[in-house]
Amino acid sequence: MSEPAIEIQNLTKKFEDKTALDNLNLEVSKGELFGLLGPNGAGKTTTINILCGLVKPLCGTAKIYNHDVQKETRQVKELIGVCPQETAIYPYLSGDENLELFGNLHCMNKKLLRERSKLLLATLGLKEDAKRVSAKYSGGMKRRLSLALALIHDPQVVFLDEPTVAMDPQSRHAVWDFIKNQKNQGKTVVLTTHYMDEAEELCDRVGIIDHGKLIAEGSPKALIAERQVKNLEELFIKLTGRNIRGEP
Amino acid sequence: MKLQRIAALAKKELKRTIREPAVLFIIFLFPIVFVFAFGTSFGGVGGAQTVSYHIGVVNMDQASNVNASQILVSALVNTKIINLDVYASNATAQSDLSQGNVQAVIVIPSDFSGSLASYQAFSNEPSKWTNTSVQLYLDKGSLVATQAVPPIIQQALASVAGQTRQLQIPFQIQTASLVETKVTSTLDYIAPGMFTFASIFLIMMVAQSFTTDRENGMMKRIRITPTTPSEFMASQVISYMCIALIQAALVFAMTYALGFRPAVGASSFSFAFVIVLTFSLSNVGFGLITATISKSASAATGLSFLFVLPQLFLGTFVGASLSSSAQVVGKFVPSYYVTNALSSLFLRGTAITTPAVLVDLAVVSISCVAILAAGIVLYARYYKI
Repeated sequence: MSEPAIEIQNLTKKFEDKTALDNLNLEVSKGELFGLLGPNGAGKTTTINILCGLVKPLCGTAKIYNHDVQKETRQVKELIGVCPQETAIYPYLSGDENLELFGNLHCMNKKLLRERSKLLLATLGLKEDAKRVSAKYSGGMKRRLSLALALIHDPQVVFLDEPTVAMDPQSRHAVWDFIKNQKNQGKTVVLTTHYMDEAEELCDRVGIIDHGKLIAEGSPKALIAERQVKNLEELFIKLTGRNIRGEP
Repeated sequence: MKLQRIAALAKKELKRTIREPAVLFIIFLFPIVFVFAFGTSFGGVGGAQTVSYHIGVVNMDQASNVNASQILVSALVNTKIINLDVYASNATAQSDLSQGNVQAVIVIPSDFSGSLASYQAFSNEPSKWTNTSVQLYLDKGSLVATQAVPPIIQQALASVAGQTRQLQIPFQIQTASLVETKVTSTLDYIAPGMFTFASIFLIMMVAQSFTTDRENGMMKRIRITPTTPSEFMASQVISYMCIALIQAALVFAMTYALGFRPAVGASSFSFAFVIVLTFSLSNVGFGLITATISKSASAATGLSFLFVLPQLFLGTFVGASLSSSAQVVGKFVPSYYVTNALSSLFLRGTAITTPAVLVDLAVVSISCVAILAAGIVLYARYYKI
């Protein structure tokens, strides 16, 4: 395995009496597109929240580019970009203004910010609507803008928490292309998704977690062959069961 | 602290105020509409009014065979634009003047009739006249009175001497002093409280802004960026101070349009803006406390009234009509001191360096910084910034 971008060791997190992460160990290489899969409440978002420095673990360590996420928060925040599960944009700002704001929060210089903003808006099909307030965007457009906000400062490590949820097939494929493009640029991408075809299509490797534990890890093809299943979805059901889960 | 981040977040908050209709209404339109409604209801705006001046007369004249003071009083009454109140003592007249019951007081001197007699006896020999002065006290708060009353009195004095226009006569007007008035019009009285009133609604806006950003994940999103808590809070304080400044300017423009004309200098106006801006810090603080105890933006709207109403009823123009015990309680809210300082400046013409005004500023500054600090600490304890 090449140089690690993300190293997680013995990570444990509890919310009151519920164990969200149970001694999780994981490593993601630089330039890898890694899929973090699991049923609702399995611990995917908690893992990302810990890696972003939003949540403190009970024990264990997590490092990004060799920076401890708890002790070197400032360095970590400069390296990462996060597209959260919810569509988090300022509805009273235009697409352009949302990007400008987040670029400024990363202290980008004006010229670079303008160029990067133009590129992202064009790539994600938002160029024509860049000056409209985002409250008037469709659901898919809002999701794409939310994705652009995560990438405005051209981060080395990108966390995408269910980035294509509630998107039409066109938008979904545009986002897939965009994610592939990030990988081609050498970025490390961690993707959480409930769409197994998405994981199979995009990810170099996937990790399936359930009840806070990593229960399978490897490339989709290798996992499918190893467990003798038709596809990743069948593997997922086989490993995590058919019981419907609730959010934590 | 990076100025780029602070400026970007402050700019974002200002855009929110302008672009979200509900926020725009509460922050800017509501105070303006309220001031307009109140001003037109109580300020006597609109409609032609007959011009008349209410003047007090203190007659000290010791009339002999010539009763000059009676001639002067008749001359004033004949102008049809002066209503006279005769006072037995100068002290009573001065008291009424200071309370705004009359716009001017004339004190006719004891040798007034003697002076007229000397004029009548030696009209062509000024050196033989007994010269005297009529004392005139004017209401400093009434620009109209200070401009219009002296020429009318001068005209009346000329007519006492039998002249139709002002020629050389033995009695002159001596403008003793400009007296500050305590009460002018209802609008003048409520205007200082209105400046305070507008800013109070920032509490609701701050609480809504924080809870909405928390609900829609924006607070979390900002926390993922390298923005520090102090940069974030500085941006919020700056943006809300800007909003408070615009509010105060709009409310002043509206009260001015309705006839509010405090006869004070630029320093008093500057002081007024400073104290309103300082006051806005407490509203950001109360907003943060509201956001801390509110689970959602809609809850924040309701809970913000816990802080809005006491500030509104106990510390603005509403407070004056409350019971004495409620007025005592009012001394525990910062808005009371803001309104008090503004009333001293605009109603009583007090200088900004007087101890009473400075004490008000000190109380507002200390309490508002303390409330803001409490708000930040509380919010940061329960929700990460």
